[in-house]
Order: sequence, then structure tokens, then C-alpha cells
Amino acid sequence: MKLEQMYQEIILDHYRHPHRSGLREPFDAESYQINPTCGDEVTLRVALDGDRVADVSYDAIGCSISQAATSVLTDLVVGRTVAESAITMDAFMAMVQSRGKVEPDEKVLEDAVAFAGVSQYPSRVKCALLGWMAFKDAVGRAEAGSPDNGAQRAEAQ
Amino acid sequence: MTGQLTTGQLSVSELEKIRADFPILSRTVRDSRPLVYLDSGATSQRPRQVLDAERAFLEQHNAAVHRGAHQLAEEATDAYESARARIAAFVGVQPDEVVFTKNATEGINLVAYGLSNSAVAGGAAERFALAPGDEIVITEMEHHANLVPWQELCRRTGAVLRWYQVTDDGRLDLDSLELSERTKVVAFTHQSNVMGTVPPVAELVRRARAVGALTVLDACQSVPHTPVDFAALDVDFAAFSGHKMLGPSGVGVLYGRRELLEALPPFLTGGSMIEIVKMEGSTYAPPPQRFEAGVPMTSQAVGLGAAVDYLSAIGMERVAAHEYALTERALTGLSEIDGVRIIGPSDCVDRGGAVSFMIGDVHAHDAGQVLDDLGIAVRASHHCAWPLHRRFGIAASVRASFAVYNTPAEIDALLAGVHEVRRFFRVPA
Repeated sequence: MKLEQMYQEIILDHYRHPHRSGLREPFDAESYQINPTCGDEVTLRVALDGDRVADVSYDAIGCSISQAATSVLTDLVVGRTVAESAITMDAFMAMVQSRGKVEPDEKVLEDAVAFAGVSQYPSRVKCALLGWMAFKDAVGRAEAGSPDNGAQRAEAQ
Repeated sequence: MTGQLTTGQLSVSELEKIRADFPILSRTVRDSRPLVYLDSGATSQRPRQVLDAERAFLEQHNAAVHRGAHQLAEEATDAYESARARIAAFVGVQPDEVVFTKNATEGINLVAYGLSNSAVAGGAAERFALAPGDEIVITEMEHHANLVPWQELCRRTGAVLRWYQVTDDGRLDLDSLELSERTKVVAFTHQSNVMGTVPPVAELVRRARAVGALTVLDACQSVPHTPVDFAALDVDFAAFSGHKMLGPSGVGVLYGRRELLEALPPFLTGGSMIEIVKMEGSTYAPPPQRFEAGVPMTSQAVGLGAAVDYLSAIGMERVAAHEYALTERALTGLSEIDGVRIIGPSDCVDRGGAVSFMIGDVHAHDAGQVLDDLGIAVRASHHCAWPLHRRFGIAASVRASFAVYNTPAEIDALLAGVHEVRRFFRVPA
């Protein structure tokens, strides 16, 4: 059954016991992202130490796929350089958007290969990418010195 | 929709015959599962009679309506106007009070833009002009289609948006708001697309009328499921969509009381809707043509006419009785499952066939995915009623919505599916 392929144990584990959840200080930039079709949201903070990702913290409301994907993200980027995280993010995006056609590289994606099954369900791809979009946006802001997209958040609320 | 509709049920053989008219209902999904389609609140499926009517029109009569004097143009215009007349009769109004729109969303926007265009139209339209401080009243249970256009109208005119609140059991709280002399529009749904709640239309109309406000009814979720008579309801405007009532997408209807449509300025302008055009300025055709700029959708209107014929042949009282039984079965079954929380009324009084619920703390997307794996199509989202979901402290819910072609066995499949969601996500008892 395809369902078990998508909801792998590793995903459900991350969902039930998310890594690095909660918002922490200090941070260099914060991003708020929302999925307008279901109302899921994430606020994600990035702290950089030079070119290295020192911490990622987040507060999220969402389905198991979006929660687990954000949790796995933190495992893959914290302690790595920004450039390394960008490579991981590109690989993750390519995998989940591939409709099952891209063979994921386990060396790059580690636990995140569990999300390969999501690519069979186009309507869930956005769920898997919500936290990653917030990470990409927050890193961009941290590097550009524009710390948050709070105005957008205030408008949304 | 009311508590009394328990007679006139469809027999098993009648229901089988109805289902045979809908080719899509016999397909399978996700590894050969029979399709259980419980998402008619989003869009309904279409019977062969509707598909055939569209095809026959296109193969035999297609031409641009209200233009040209050749035979096809005459036949196409006759087919289009005949559809308008049958649709008008279906909702208890006159043909010239029925405007074809793209969908209900466009119909509501037509009213909202007509009202703001009144400020510069002069003449009879002046009665509609809104001033800063005027009030537009809606409800907390509205679909975004009957919410965002009013927010935008307020932004354009300086009017203030106010709303009736919703009670914990999903009813409209009539004590939550007092209309005032400044209230110019009261817009509300005829049936919540999330909770199935049918608000007290007569009381809302009475209150609006008492302060001289216009009433706008979102009838998207009522017209496909129960007998509706806009004249008897005494509303000023009402909108519904074809694709939710066994008809094509791309066609909807705006009803407007004749004297109001006659005074309302146009929304979209261009060909077809004119009376005299000069380089210096133009005058406009009487309604409904004034509100149908450009070559309109035609096969879709013809298809909607066929959908109305199809529903009328069954009889809307019987459609309502059938869906009432389905809704009661779903509500009873769901309320017996541990951890299920129904969003909205848990009884069948003044309530239609949309049932939204949560299963423990399982996210609606995840629940919907398990149901989908079993071949059960439901909607998992805020159903374009985000403020209502926020009011209940949730981001999204699972919605099962019914139509005349659904069966009691499909309700049982849903209930079994909900048990499977609980098992899969280990929802505690």
C-alpha cells in the first residue's frame, strides 16, 4: 500500500517527537510561512555562526508531513555550512517534486529519504516543503541583514 | 433540511438507477478501490443527461448568443434563454431576474462592485451608494466568497464590516449583533459549507428589512440539495454555482429582485451589455443583459438547464429527504466513535448534508490521506472558511458532504474509514 510508503515510521517518529521544536534566542532571522490551502503555518528562526548554521528553532501548526519535514530539516542543517545546507535543500526539493522519478541520494539526505513517498502525492508536496521554505527565506534574510518578515505575519493574522 | 423531512425516501432501485447516470461513480481509485465520493460540497459529479445536453448543443446548435440572425444563432439563443427560464422557475423567480455568471463568487462580486460603482453612476443607482461609516454585515460562518468581496467593498467605500458570531454548537448567534440605521447590506449563507448549519433566513431578512438594508444570500449549498424559492425567502440577491448542483463548471447564477437589478450599475462592461455606444459615452441594456458582458458561456448554461431538469424529475423534496437520511446516519455514526469531534450541529435540525469533524488530534490532511487510500474522497482543509475554523481553534477539518447519488453504504464506508484513521495514527480511546 502506498500509504505506508509515505507514512514511514521515521516520519511518524519525528511527528510525535519533533527535534529542536520551540522558538529560541538568539537568532539572526525569522521567517513565517503559511500554506493557504490548509492553514498550516510555521515560524522558523535561524542563528548563524559565521557561515555555519548554529541553530534552527521553530513553532509550527501542521500535519505530520509538514511537522516531520521541519524536524528532519533541523537534523540536516544544524552544524553544517550554509552552502552545504543549500545542497541538501536542493536535493530534498528535487526528490519531493519528482513524482517518484528521482532516486534520492541517501548520503546527502540521510533520514530525509523517508520523504520520497510524498512525491507520489502532489497535494502533499507543499506540506513537506513548508519548513524548508521558511529555512531558505530565513537564511536569505540573515545573510541580507533583514531579520524577519513580521509585517507579512501581522497582515496574515 | 428541517426536522420533518423523513418521508419520500428514494428506494434502493431508484438510487441504483440514479447512480448509473453518473459514469464517474463506477470508477476505481488508489489500487482498485471503488470510489466513495463524499466531496460534493466542493463540486458535484455530473449525470450523462448533463454531459449529453452539452454535447448535443455543441454538435447541433453552437453559435454566439444574442448576436447574428443566422439559424444557428437563433437556436443557440433559444437554448440559452430556455435554460435561463427553467433555472429561474427552479428557484421560484422570473427569467429576467436571473443573471448568468461564471460562478457564485462572480455573482457576489457583481453585487459588491455594482454597489461601489453606484457612487459614480448617478441617477437611480444613488440609492445604493455607500458612505464611510455605513455598515456591511455578514456572519462568521461565511465562505470566503461571501466575505472577501465585502472586505474589499469596505476598503473601497470606507464602510465598516461587522458580523454575527457563531455559537459553540455551530449556530448563528443572533444576539451577537444589532443592526443599525447605518447597515446597508446583510449578506449570509443559506447553509454553511462547513457545518451544514441553516441560519434563520426569515429572521435575518426581517431584521435587515427593518433597517432598510439589502439582503444577499449565498445559496451555493442549499439550491443543490433542497427546494429553494428566492421569492418566498424574500431576499434581494442570491447566488449559486452550477458545478455544485450536478451541472457544469464555469456557469453560475445571480438572482436579483427586478427593481434592484434595474437600478444597479454594471460590473463588467463591453459587448452585449450595451444599449447605445458612442465615442463620448454609452448607455446600457436592461437586466439581465446589462450584467452579461461579452459572449457568455453557452453549452454550460444549457448543461445547467439539463441539471435542473434532472433534479426536478427526481423532485427536490425527495432529494432533501434522501440527503437528510444520509446526514443523520453520518452524524449518529460519527458521534459513536471515540475521539471524533463534530464541528457544528450534531443533530439534524435546520442542517444540511455537510459534516465536518476532527479525529482526535490527527491533522485533517493526514486523516484525509488515510481515507483517500481507502477510496473515500473527502475534503481536508479549512474549506474556504478560515475564520470559522479559527473560531473553533483549529486550522483545518475533514469534511464529508453528500449529494443525491450517495448511498447509506458509502456513509458506512466513511465510518469504517474513520476507525482506520484512529488505528493508523493511534488515536487514544
